[in-house]
Amino acid sequence: MIDWPLVSVIIFLPLIGALIILFIKEDELTSINIKWAALLTTLGTFILSLILWLQFDYSNPSYQYEEKFRWFDDFNFFYHVGVDGISLFMILLSTFLTPLCILASWNNIKKRVKEYMLSFLFLETVMIGMFASIDILLFYIFFEAVLIPMYLIIGIWGGNRRIYASFKFFLYTLLGSVLMLIAIIVMYRNTSSMSIEFLQGNYFSYNTQLFLWLAFFASFAVKIPMWPFHTWLPDAHVEAPTAGSVILAGVLLKMGGYGFIRFSLGMLPEATEFFIPLIMTLSIVAIVYTSLVALAQTDIKKLIAYSSVAHMGIVTIGIFLVNQQGLEGAMMQMISHGLVSAALFLCVGVIYDRMHTREIEFYGGLVQRMPLYATVFMIFMLGSVGLPGTSGFVGEFLVIIGAFKFSSYVVIGAAFGIILSAVYMLYLYKRIIFGTITNNKLADILDINTREKIILIPLAISVILLGIFPNLFLDPMRLSLELIITNYEIANAK
Amino acid sequence: MLNNIYNIFFIPEIFLACSSFVCLLFGLFLKKNAFRQTSNLAVFVLFLTILLVYYDSESNFANYKSLFSHSSFTNFFKILALLGSIASIIISKDYFLGIKLKNFEIPVLFLFSTLGMMLMISSNNLMSMYLAIELQSLSLYVAAAIKRDSISSAESGVKYFILGALSSGILLYGFSLIYGFTGSMNFDDISFYLSKYNNLNLGLIFGLVFVMVGLAFKVSAVPFHMWTPDVYEGAPNSITGFFAIVPKIAAVALIYRFCLVPFENFYLEWSQIILFLSIASMFLGAIAAIAQSNIKRLLAYSSIGHIGYILIALVAANDDGIKAASIYMFSYMIMNVAIFAILLSLKVKNEYLINISDLKGLSKSNPIVSLSISIIMLSMAGIPPFIGFFGKFYVFIAAIEQELYVLSVLGVLASVISAFYYLRIIKIMYFDESISEEIINFKISFQSKIILSLSLFLIICFIFYPSLLINISANLTI
Repeated sequence: MIDWPLVSVIIFLPLIGALIILFIKEDELTSINIKWAALLTTLGTFILSLILWLQFDYSNPSYQYEEKFRWFDDFNFFYHVGVDGISLFMILLSTFLTPLCILASWNNIKKRVKEYMLSFLFLETVMIGMFASIDILLFYIFFEAVLIPMYLIIGIWGGNRRIYASFKFFLYTLLGSVLMLIAIIVMYRNTSSMSIEFLQGNYFSYNTQLFLWLAFFASFAVKIPMWPFHTWLPDAHVEAPTAGSVILAGVLLKMGGYGFIRFSLGMLPEATEFFIPLIMTLSIVAIVYTSLVALAQTDIKKLIAYSSVAHMGIVTIGIFLVNQQGLEGAMMQMISHGLVSAALFLCVGVIYDRMHTREIEFYGGLVQRMPLYATVFMIFMLGSVGLPGTSGFVGEFLVIIGAFKFSSYVVIGAAFGIILSAVYMLYLYKRIIFGTITNNKLADILDINTREKIILIPLAISVILLGIFPNLFLDPMRLSLELIITNYEIANAK
Repeated sequence: MLNNIYNIFFIPEIFLACSSFVCLLFGLFLKKNAFRQTSNLAVFVLFLTILLVYYDSESNFANYKSLFSHSSFTNFFKILALLGSIASIIISKDYFLGIKLKNFEIPVLFLFSTLGMMLMISSNNLMSMYLAIELQSLSLYVAAAIKRDSISSAESGVKYFILGALSSGILLYGFSLIYGFTGSMNFDDISFYLSKYNNLNLGLIFGLVFVMVGLAFKVSAVPFHMWTPDVYEGAPNSITGFFAIVPKIAAVALIYRFCLVPFENFYLEWSQIILFLSIASMFLGAIAAIAQSNIKRLLAYSSIGHIGYILIALVAANDDGIKAASIYMFSYMIMNVAIFAILLSLKVKNEYLINISDLKGLSKSNPIVSLSISIIMLSMAGIPPFIGFFGKFYVFIAAIEQELYVLSVLGVLASVISAFYYLRIIKIMYFDESISEEIINFKISFQSKIILSLSLFLIICFIFYPSLLINISANLTI
């Protein structure tokens, strides 16, 4: 095993990179140095996080690479980080997507490059830190600190309605998470512990659990987002710059799902049992409703944003089935959605950089001029639809298998959503890519360049890899998920 | 200790009182640079006083006819007030010179009001408490009106004086009722007398309410907050800085001591009043600040909001509450020092900054300054990882310890509302494109720069080693 603080290094390496960038003076010539510094830092972080995966002990369901230091003298708050099967891939997802984001913004961010890179590096630190925290206070601090860089990214580099979108994003998610703060303090008062590991043992009375569950629900349902708390998401996605949307869809939405698994399932099992019908109803409404809304969109980014809500509906169904297939499916769906929707936003970014519009009407017949683009876009589109052989299939399939054990109505709802997702994605693809070029402005549009290939091809490979070898990803997380399910069943059997 | 006549001089309050007179004479006899020299001397004096307070932990000052008491709580808040006034004298020096307000009396007035605050914090008797409050307030009334040729300054001074005098009158009437019904002025005697009864009689309740009204005036809790925005707006910026930073510390310490020492057994009676003050202050502070265009009025409402949170910890009335109050007050002081250090050095078109909209484009011309303002604003909004979050966090720990769930939820909701106007300042600096070519100048003296960087350092780095402050505040006894 590794005897140096690997997890802390991964968490704080981007922050160190940010400090270095802070001292590079920004002007025309040096902005390229800033970009390189950011890229190298994030790549370094990614390589280090691969070590996490390579050295990971598959037979150990609890936390690995643990580091624990006393942080507050008066209360039992620790700087306590570690990685288990659930957080491993969330961390990998964050470290994998951030360098791609930096690359994606290489040319189209022209103003305030320094602040932009600072925001992204800070964002990476807090994202990784959040997934690696074992102490709830630490988790909460990272969870809320995410708002700061994201607010700036949407607000400074966003589109026309960026101010509205950034305020809505910040205040909406803050409102959810402050209630979680109260819940965290109540938990601490009841148990004198803030360790996520320790609290996964059902220590609260039934009534307390109900209130705590609702407080956590307020925070994670906004974050993931579930219908009807999703209205901030389309605004934030549409106004954010490409890389902002990528991180938002790729990682930030997963914070909600991750929170549901860790807190709702792990710590409040009896309340979860009580609220499962609510979650299932909201999820099915979300899947069907947002799929229909997506069908009616005229803006590509908005369409993908609504499809995200629908996909996250499948994730919440999977999580709250609380069986092996459901949870594994939810995890796979989260990873898959992290890659696929990130890639779709990057694809939108490619044509947006060229034409500066996201209206579907504007495009058509791109395959004539951009064959390579059409190919990669197809891979991601099919991944989003859930075609066998792509990552989307594994997650949806597992969730549906798991749902059969629960109720066939849920299966019908989820399956209906999957069919609708094929409808809106294929329809989108048809309108943008197929046909002949009718818009004269598209006559000399160029195919993807080397930089864009470097961004999109790794994503395409991982989407297919995830679809063909799902066990590569399922094996490390299996035992950790089993542990949560076992605890859950023991608590509810009482 | 009192047997030795020389040692009397080393009692911090007496030392400060004598030194203030020395400062006054010093300024009077100086021909040139009187203001600058007196300020430097005042900072030196305050620094020595901090050392005296710190090393004077065994003093028998409390025995001075029981007029004053002495505890770790009072020492902590005294040091906080002294640090606050050192910082505000240093950061305001260049501002005073800039607006050609070079009366050497200003630092002396600050010294006298700081002396009043120290006495307020440790007062243990209704009479000494009243005299201390008056010493503090009178110096501040004069300070608010010090810019004689400015109508707004005079107006704010008069407004402050009339409302302050009214509240003192109410306070005094409350004292007389308490004295009349308990027969004592001493906090400990009142506490002892009251411990024999299960409920307060009507006269005492009236007395308690009147005193609460007066104290609410001093901490500017809603609905007795009306003077705050007007006085903040009218007074010269540097005086506003002093108002925002220091007197609040003393007033908060006083309201804590008054509720928790003489009336500790009548928690139910006073906690209802404080509960209302707290909720009203949080929400009014959050909502009224949204519409402000003047940065000083905005900070006034922001301070009203902060008082609301500190009063939550008072409603909790447990050890965690005292700890929370001291941590919150520390963070409040640091954040206000930092923001005023910046405001007192920012000039837009050769005028000191007043309108929030003038911050437009600051992030282009002064990226470091705008980054600092953003950090301070996020910290005030209570967003982790900055120090403001921990202040609020400890307040809520104290409240939940006492099972005040509804109050805590209201508190976090108010903090979300208040996040809006803090974010608005960041929005103006970063998101709005500046159309006109406004020239923003940031010129800061070396000393203020040290103060500013030190407070920013504390705001950002508190998270890495919180135990330093927390160990001190955990051991405070009232």
